[in-house]
Amino acid sequence: MKTINLSEVRDKVKDMVQEANFELQDDVLKVIKDMQAKEESPAGKAVFEQILKNSDIAKKDKLGLCQDTGLAIFFVELGEDVKLNKEDGLGSLKEAFEEGVRIGYKEGYLRKSVVEDPIRRKNTGDNTPVFIHWELEPGDTFKVTFIAKGGGAENMSQVRMFAPAAGKEGLEDFVVEVVDTAGSNPCPPIIVGVGVGGSFEYSALLAKKALLRKPLGSHNPDPFYEDMEKRLLERINNLGIGPQGMGGRCTALAVHVEAFPCHIASMPAAVNIQCHSHRVLKFEL
Amino acid sequence: MAEHHITTPVTDEVIGKLRAGDAIFISGYVYTGRDSAHKKLIDLIEEGKDLPVDLKGQFIYYVGPTPARPGKAIGSAGPTTSYRMDSFAPILHKLGLKGTIGKGTRSEKVKESLIKYKGVYLAAVGGAGALISQSIEEAEVIAYPELGPEAIRKIKVKDFPCIVINDMYGEDLYQDGKRQYQK
Ligand code: SF4
Repeated sequence: MKTINLSEVRDKVKDMVQEANFELQDDVLKVIKDMQAKEESPAGKAVFEQILKNSDIAKKDKLGLCQDTGLAIFFVELGEDVKLNKEDGLGSLKEAFEEGVRIGYKEGYLRKSVVEDPIRRKNTGDNTPVFIHWELEPGDTFKVTFIAKGGGAENMSQVRMFAPAAGKEGLEDFVVEVVDTAGSNPCPPIIVGVGVGGSFEYSALLAKKALLRKPLGSHNPDPFYEDMEKRLLERINNLGIGPQGMGGRCTALAVHVEAFPCHIASMPAAVNIQCHSHRVLKFEL
Repeated sequence: MAEHHITTPVTDEVIGKLRAGDAIFISGYVYTGRDSAHKKLIDLIEEGKDLPVDLKGQFIYYVGPTPARPGKAIGSAGPTTSYRMDSFAPILHKLGLKGTIGKGTRSEKVKESLIKYKGVYLAAVGGAGALISQSIEEAEVIAYPELGPEAIRKIKVKDFPCIVINDMYGEDLYQDGKRQYQK
């Protein structure tokens, strides 16, 4: 049996929210550079240059890559055999995550972007609550994935319930339509997370999980979906929206599709849009 | 695609030279504001009161920066999505505002007001807040400090980089650029 100290979780979280917001990871930088080499439009090329310069400065000066340092969203794979050691004033695993975010966002001069009520909109002041998706696993795994999710790209995401007859054409047209409608708003070049199957809420979760796939731009192991990802990326990049919507070859850096079993009567589909400021980090204990 | 270095406040003559797709480097003072600050300015206008800032010839930058580290003027400071300010922009252009800076598409009403009152809409690169902060030399909260990151700041910029999206001739870089690269 593995024992995990909650203070260790808190400290890891505190560090990871800062590192994610200050540094683009190597897989993301690689895709950005590959796409930069293919961009034809002068405005698009200039945008890529600024994105890369920005990542150097953010890393060096420990400044947010973007001023929208996001909602703090976590996916936690928790082994059933893990024992949690409650210490250092931390009464629960959730509290360890909240404390980590609270300290990390303050210490890192990150923006607090959470309001306590969707209608009355008073800022909570410390970027909590955190958003945690728990997954119980057999054994003693403890894996955490963090994504800092900005509002601009999240606002352009959509869920739709299709009849099964819509099939792959229906799904692919939907994905392209969502990207086209979003246009310049989500700070292209974007990353497109697609979730198909499951239920209404599960499809959205799949779409977000699709964004977390590492390395960025790798493909679904099922050749059917691998082909779909390639087709979608090509169609999206033929829209012409381009970097920052100013026209160009690269509208999306990658398309990741995740599928799941679903009801005989439905085909839920969700598209979660993410910007080039793709701040995803993982750790394991 | 031409390049212009301009200093605020600007005249109609300067605005007339800026065309969709041109690169602009702004120096001088620019005001910041987003949703809540705009709402407050519009309320003052409706009540017939004076504004805390004179907008004649000026630019408003739509931004909500991260907190500044000690010794720095400002934190990461890239543009926010502009459509949320669409209902306010024409009213401010009528009062002499010459330009807004943000990211993303504007409404037809905003584009019409640019033609009518001779203004421009500029985009800065979204997600380049660390880089952009380097062209901001000073920042001072001049109204609504209670709004925190959303307060109105007067910022001193040097060669602040933007691209003209909408000009006073009705041209639109988002539409033209997309058309040109669509397959
Ligand atoms: S969409 Fe992404 S890059 Fe653009 S402002 Fe929001 S968080 Fe920043």
